[in-house]
Amino acid sequence: MNFWQYLENRHQQLLTDAYQHASVVFQCMVVATLLGVLIGVVTYRSEWAGNLATTTTATILTVPALALIGLLIPVVGLGVPPTVIALTLYGLLPVVRNAIVGLRGVDPSLVDAADGIGMSRPVRLLRVELPLAWPPILTGIRVATQMLMGIAAIAAYASGPGLGNIIFRGLASLGSANALNQVLAGTLGIVVLALLFDAAYVLIGRLTISRGIRA
Amino acid sequence: MPETGDHGASIELESLTKRFPGSAQPAVDNVSMEIKAGEVVVFVGPSGCGKSTTLKMINRLIEPTGGRIGIGGEDVTDMDPVELRRRVGYAIQAAGLFPHMTVAQNIALVPKMIGWPKARIRERTEELLDLVGLDPGEFHGRYPRQLSGGQQQRVGVARALAADPPVLLMDEPFGAVDPITRDHLQDELIRLQHELHKTIVFVTHDFDEAIKIGDRIAVLRERSHIAQFDTPEAILTNPADDFVSGFVGAGAALKRLNLTRVRDVGITDYPTAMIDDPLQQIFNRLRAGGTNEVLLLDRRRRPYKWLRRGDLMRARGSLARAGTPVHDTVTRDATLRDALEAVLTDNTGRVAVTGRHGEYTGVVDMQTLMSSVHDLLEADRLDALEHQHELEELRAAQTHAEQEGDQGVTGAGGAVGAR
Repeated sequence: MNFWQYLENRHQQLLTDAYQHASVVFQCMVVATLLGVLIGVVTYRSEWAGNLATTTTATILTVPALALIGLLIPVVGLGVPPTVIALTLYGLLPVVRNAIVGLRGVDPSLVDAADGIGMSRPVRLLRVELPLAWPPILTGIRVATQMLMGIAAIAAYASGPGLGNIIFRGLASLGSANALNQVLAGTLGIVVLALLFDAAYVLIGRLTISRGIRA
Repeated sequence: MPETGDHGASIELESLTKRFPGSAQPAVDNVSMEIKAGEVVVFVGPSGCGKSTTLKMINRLIEPTGGRIGIGGEDVTDMDPVELRRRVGYAIQAAGLFPHMTVAQNIALVPKMIGWPKARIRERTEELLDLVGLDPGEFHGRYPRQLSGGQQQRVGVARALAADPPVLLMDEPFGAVDPITRDHLQDELIRLQHELHKTIVFVTHDFDEAIKIGDRIAVLRERSHIAQFDTPEAILTNPADDFVSGFVGAGAALKRLNLTRVRDVGITDYPTAMIDDPLQQIFNRLRAGGTNEVLLLDRRRRPYKWLRRGDLMRARGSLARAGTPVHDTVTRDATLRDALEAVLTDNTGRVAVTGRHGEYTGVVDMQTLMSSVHDLLEADRLDALEHQHELEELRAAQTHAEQEGDQGVTGAGGAVGAR
């Protein structure tokens, strides 16, 4: 069976896996974004808190994905929970770091102007600082998503959802008829998904970044 | 403090002090000052003298460590700072416009925060753009980066004025624009103030800017100590000490020209003609006016060309190439110095005065300028003499008091003791 025939035979299964893959990455990214921006907002004003947040999230990233998932299994069991926790943790670093850099990068004279015309702290944050820090934050989200696409494949190790399952199945049965097709389909699927997500981010950027600060 | 209204509120600073943590000397030391409603007061002084810090304590962007602030008779030292700042306009260097918002959104910020209805905000935005000399239709939807420095600064002023605050604080607002634009902006501010009568506190390190704009000038030395707080005329003719005269710099007589505006001297009428007028009619007017020249206006009544009799003779039915184009005009708010400059460069020996939209309102010529400058200097000299006389009398009275005193102690202490 060649690759195209394989795709035709298994497209139902592949689409389901791809959908689950995209879905878990998307949901983890939403959580990582909310959490990451929140951490950024809370810590950016203090030198040491900001550095602590960046260092901590960076440390998480140095733990190999397989190891992290493996370590989570005894704690939260198999399936979706270890996947979601691992992906969210890995997604944090780029978001947190870019949020802190972006918020710190807002021109101090604009912060002064915002205070001067009578904006309260929350209003200043929502109407001035976050919109101005949004382009770097979005870049962080983009980078994190790309990363999670790959890491999500490893989630299959903990019986998680997604395209990782076919890859692992193929790898386990190397030499058999469909092994290569399985690995290829899973990998290419992830690449295609990553490209689709990236295109979506470009669109989101167009829609959410004010024309006044778009590069 | 009145919520709105076109008249300013007075500001009272009472032994205002700011001590930044970790520095031995206070940045602002015990400043007391009264600023009258509707007055423009300029803080001028060398950099680092605490003038900006003093300004920022008025809207409590910097919280004072001691002293009290009153606005319009109300003590605002302990008021909610956010609430306070919404009632005090604030304009800063380089405008501080938010780059991700359009011009209209920037201006609408404060009215929105204090809950004006949408229709009123829209109306107010258009009104303000018009007020600062920007066409609302054209600039409304632009982003700050699509504006020149001068235009940004105008929007900055419009934003500060949006909710019609009685007090306007301006922190070196024109520091970042080129000299020509700065000059225009200063003229605009003076014109605005004529319409609005706000209380304006303006910080600058440029003494020329200070005398041009201020009703009164506070010359500040280090730690915001007031070296002299008086009218520009008084500071120019009678600097309190060496520090102030050092700051005034050379050419006080020429600077005096900056203190009088074109509208204060006689603007005379001059024969004019519209560009569309038939030649014969222009000719008749020239003859009737008894002058050698006529000022040709374009379709929007802006000065366009000076036409001499000879030019008309040579024109042969078309005005297209006849006459000398008008190089320079001044507004009614321009200083005599600008007017003198324009008269000197224009070979007609006079300069056209224009209104708000550049339309012709009259002319000023060399004669008028010379006689008014002469009168001004004479009046200043008399004032200064009188002032000196008063000082001498005061001193004489003090000496007298000292001599009368029982202990015969010399010095000011003795004089006080004897009273």
